[in-house]
Amino acid sequence: MPRVPLSWLAEHVAVAPGTTAESLAAELVRVGLEEEAVHPATVTGPLVVGEVIERTPEPQSNGKTIQWCRVDVGAFNAADDDDADTGAAGPRGIVCGADNFEVGDRVVVALPGAVLPGPFPITARKTYGHVSDGMICSERELGLGEDHNGILVLARLGLDAAPGTDARRLLGLGEDVLEINVTPDRGYCFAMRGIAREYSHATGAAFTDPAVVPAGLPAESAEPIAPTSGAGFAVELDDDAPIHGVAGCDRFVARVVRGVAASAPSPIWMQRRLTQAGMRPISLAVDVTNYVMLDLGQPLHAYDLGRLAAPIVVRRARYDERLTTLDGVERRLHLEDLLITDSPQSRGTRVLGLAGVMGGADSEVTPATTDLLIEAAHFDPVSVARTARRHKLPSEASRRFERGVDPELPRVAADRVVALLLEHGGGTADEAVTDVDRTPPAHTITLPLDLPGRIVGVDYSADVVRATLAEIGCTVVDAPAEVADGEAPGRRDVARPRVVVTVPSWRPDLVMPVDLVEEVARLRGYDAIPSVLPTAPAGRGLTDAQRARRTVARALAAHGFVEVLSYPFVGADAHDRLGIPADDPRRRAVRLANPVSESQPELRTNLLVTLLDTARRNVSRGMTDLALFETGLVVRPEPGTAAAPLLSGGELPSEADLAGLLDAVPPQPRRVAGVLTGLREPGGWWGPGRRADHTDAIEAAVLVGRCLGVSLAATADADHMPWHPGRNVRLTLADGTLVGHAGELHPKVVAALDLPTRAVAFEVDLDAVIAAMPGEPAQATPVSTFPVAKEDIALVVDAGVAVGELLSAVRDGIRSVGDVLEELRVFDVYTGAQVGDGRKSVAFSLRLRAPDRTLTAEETAAVRAAAVAEAGRRFGAVLRS
Amino acid sequence: MSESVSPLDADAVRAAVDAALAAITSAGDLDELKAVRLAHAGDRSPLALANRAIGGLDASDKAEAGRLMGGARGQVNAALAARQIELEADRDARVLVEESVDVTLPADRSPRGARHPLEVLSERIADVFLAMGWEIAEGPEVEAEWFNFDALNFGIDHPARQMQDTFYVEALDGGTGPSGLVLRTHTSPVQARALLSRELPVYIACPGRTFRTDELDATHTPVFSQVEGLAVDKGLTMAHLRGTLDHFARAMFGPEARTRLRPSFFPFTEPSAEMDLWFPQKKGGAGWIEWGGCGMVNPNVLRSVGVDPDVYTGFAFGMGIERTLMFRHGIADMHDMVEGDVRFSLQFEGVI
Repeated sequence: MPRVPLSWLAEHVAVAPGTTAESLAAELVRVGLEEEAVHPATVTGPLVVGEVIERTPEPQSNGKTIQWCRVDVGAFNAADDDDADTGAAGPRGIVCGADNFEVGDRVVVALPGAVLPGPFPITARKTYGHVSDGMICSERELGLGEDHNGILVLARLGLDAAPGTDARRLLGLGEDVLEINVTPDRGYCFAMRGIAREYSHATGAAFTDPAVVPAGLPAESAEPIAPTSGAGFAVELDDDAPIHGVAGCDRFVARVVRGVAASAPSPIWMQRRLTQAGMRPISLAVDVTNYVMLDLGQPLHAYDLGRLAAPIVVRRARYDERLTTLDGVERRLHLEDLLITDSPQSRGTRVLGLAGVMGGADSEVTPATTDLLIEAAHFDPVSVARTARRHKLPSEASRRFERGVDPELPRVAADRVVALLLEHGGGTADEAVTDVDRTPPAHTITLPLDLPGRIVGVDYSADVVRATLAEIGCTVVDAPAEVADGEAPGRRDVARPRVVVTVPSWRPDLVMPVDLVEEVARLRGYDAIPSVLPTAPAGRGLTDAQRARRTVARALAAHGFVEVLSYPFVGADAHDRLGIPADDPRRRAVRLANPVSESQPELRTNLLVTLLDTARRNVSRGMTDLALFETGLVVRPEPGTAAAPLLSGGELPSEADLAGLLDAVPPQPRRVAGVLTGLREPGGWWGPGRRADHTDAIEAAVLVGRCLGVSLAATADADHMPWHPGRNVRLTLADGTLVGHAGELHPKVVAALDLPTRAVAFEVDLDAVIAAMPGEPAQATPVSTFPVAKEDIALVVDAGVAVGELLSAVRDGIRSVGDVLEELRVFDVYTGAQVGDGRKSVAFSLRLRAPDRTLTAEETAAVRAAAVAEAGRRFGAVLRS
Repeated sequence: MSESVSPLDADAVRAAVDAALAAITSAGDLDELKAVRLAHAGDRSPLALANRAIGGLDASDKAEAGRLMGGARGQVNAALAARQIELEADRDARVLVEESVDVTLPADRSPRGARHPLEVLSERIADVFLAMGWEIAEGPEVEAEWFNFDALNFGIDHPARQMQDTFYVEALDGGTGPSGLVLRTHTSPVQARALLSRELPVYIACPGRTFRTDELDATHTPVFSQVEGLAVDKGLTMAHLRGTLDHFARAMFGPEARTRLRPSFFPFTEPSAEMDLWFPQKKGGAGWIEWGGCGMVNPNVLRSVGVDPDVYTGFAFGMGIERTLMFRHGIADMHDMVEGDVRFSLQFEGVI
């Protein structure tokens, strides 16, 4: 993102005195340019101008010759003991290794306390028999450039200042540099020109557009854009496959300069600015194009003219074309890539670069280059964006083109480059300029003048709206009374005053009336918007399903479960660890094309697969007594689902397309799952704890249903991984619909996941349970106040009889007599000698009560008899004697 | 049980009374006295049976028997009551003291449970909007690209679409073409779904999980939670947006909280704004912190779902729930929120 050196910004706009990176950030954020970072100054502490008073070469025993200097640093001169009585201060003594300066030269001196880039702190130190009280600096030591051969002499930079002057300011080294974040609609703020404009909007400071050629310059530069000059380097725009009907290139300016020292270093001020902006200085040709890009926003490219064969042809790639880009990578081009080509044998046969993205190695400027062709073009943002993305090749150029570059810039920018090259590299420019210009006319928007007020809620006057739009560079004229901008005449809008707004060339983001509304709101300040709470129509509160989900989560937490959330990403091996068979539907997962981890490309099809992993993490951290639960979506794609149609926005899709969209989204039922390991109830001073077992998992699963008024039946399920085949149940609704499982985990799974032995778990399809919630309010049963009758029954049956089924028989038997059963519990199961081999005794406690009378002894006896009879009929149960 | 006593046999009655009084006197505590009461004054005690036998006597004997039994039972009951008072006093004075235990022994016999704070906070946020009459809307996590992007004015080539760090879903059944599906990068697709399925006006909030291809670190997580707000009605303005945000901020952060809007850009809103929250408890001193994005619903979004932007306007906003939780509860590192360590959730056992 762009960096904003204050001294650079100040060239285009009157930056207020005393402005710092922080205060600049505060100004810019009000118009929508957010601070990304503040890069601290590279040099801190005292760095001052010094004048060399004495320079004495002193040969050393190691063969080197050092220079012992006395340097006048003005107010920073050292207090000299000899002159203590006068209070005068003398020049500082400094040892220097280089000798490319003379007495009288003004140089840059880092005094003790200064920190140079590195960081390299300066102290007074004893060396070569002297105390060196500072350092005379080279360009490289100051981070200004690569030149380390000698001392930086200010006069050679065209600079001068009195001894003691702050050299950080003089050289721009003390500046903190603000980096801003530019949103995708503000491509023009990828340049000092745009940022200066926004600073002017934020502060009212006077802005001078550097892309507008001031009066008084040579007429050639100020002339309106000329058609392609026959004498210029031939350029042909030949896009036979525009994307969305937009030509890949609608403007191409080329200029030729000859005899330029293209590989010489650029001037120090330019290097400094490039460095401040975060770019590395390379050579004059490269630096100048980068500098103008950073200044104006126009990406530029310099070609070695000697290696070009006219004409340059801008066209789409052909099948199997290849290009080695500047980064040394050979790339196979895509038919949609827009190319810059030239014509060595025949027209457009040699690929020079990916238009607006990156040049090729073949036409690169080399150390031998003296003749250059400068390209300044305007490319379709979509085409550039697609190419940069396709080749994973984001560049300074593509970043700007894909956000939109001012199509009026190429000519101005090319001229600036030529001028800077000639100024700093010598040579001559060809008179002829190539300018192929097919840019469309400026975009206009018809804006009802009251729209900003209606959208923003601030009563902007028509004059304010007009003035604000003019401020951002629009031209605003009254719309003819009946202009309806494509809308049907007679709409109520038509009566309102409207203006036709021509948007400036650098604002391709301004397309619709609301885009102008934002400009008005932004420039007049978001702070001006009042705070008004709207009154929504009376709502209905949570839906039943939303309330139910809260109920379940609270019930489980109250039941001693801790809620966790796990990532939904899994690998296929996770299902292996759970022992889930190859053909199990839970293996049918949605896969991500770009997962965070290649080992976890799938989305979970069940909650346990990720929840068990969370349990394992807790166990590995020493929490072995766990009761966890999670509620979340799982993704269960169905075979034969068609892909979602790829439709554009901005209009309501057809019924069929909408149905296609909805059908393509895989079912994502919400589930709830839980895991228990170790102790369910803690041990303590009262005695030992109780280990969690399958009943805890089943109880929790049944609780999920019960707290929603849904009864879940639990029946044995012999074979459903990851559960223990003999210790798990399937949970069904009254109509038999399977909604989940609960029980002990299979020992293989427990071992594979490193869980404590006998870990148990449940998983329930919460959506299915919620769907089974009773639709009608529960109806109350009156509470009987007649006396209770308590009975115990012990039944002896074959050991293989399931107690749950025996319990049902007892219950059904009781109910056959009448509606008197208040509670029925199993309170003991006994096997042993007293009941005989292969038999067991199951003891039930009954609480009987009638709603309308005291039960008689006869009635109670009849209940017992009926219970025993039904149990006997179904399972051969007999009363234990 | 002792032999039956005739209600006319004064000696036998006397003996039964004496036996009862002796037993009452010798009852050492309230439990023993209860047994004595059952034996000597209960329904099947000799005196009770004798009393019941009065009904079978000749009429001439009834008066005498009644007098005899009444006196006897009254004497026994009085003695029982007196002894009851004595024994209760004794218990209060001595037994309860002897029975005292160390009540400072830990009382933590039941396992502790807790909700995850992100879920609790989501519910709390939902409650704020419910109280304003808004409703809570939902949508799927694996979402059609159209809902996640196109309907929200992120065209296929929009730079913002590339900036979303999207998880793309592979074609099902090993197909090679695009699936047209993504993991939703924001809760905003619910805007489009809600506008398609609900009657206007619409005022909804949507808390939910969202996904971006960030690696987990102290401040990023590939799976995170957002809450989205959307209001579409006639005559809504940015002032209403601001009023809603201010109210929400105060509901979450107290009466001193307020919001600030800064111009920004989102494809689905125009004008757009970043929202900052004035946060008095900010580490290192009160200040503004970024809380979320918002703006007026872009007319193209309304057109995508068949709403006429010349008749209706709307506003929308979204903020991260993790971020909100981090501010409110001084959480420095994202890891704790996503790793499912029970020690994290248990800190928030109480009300958030």
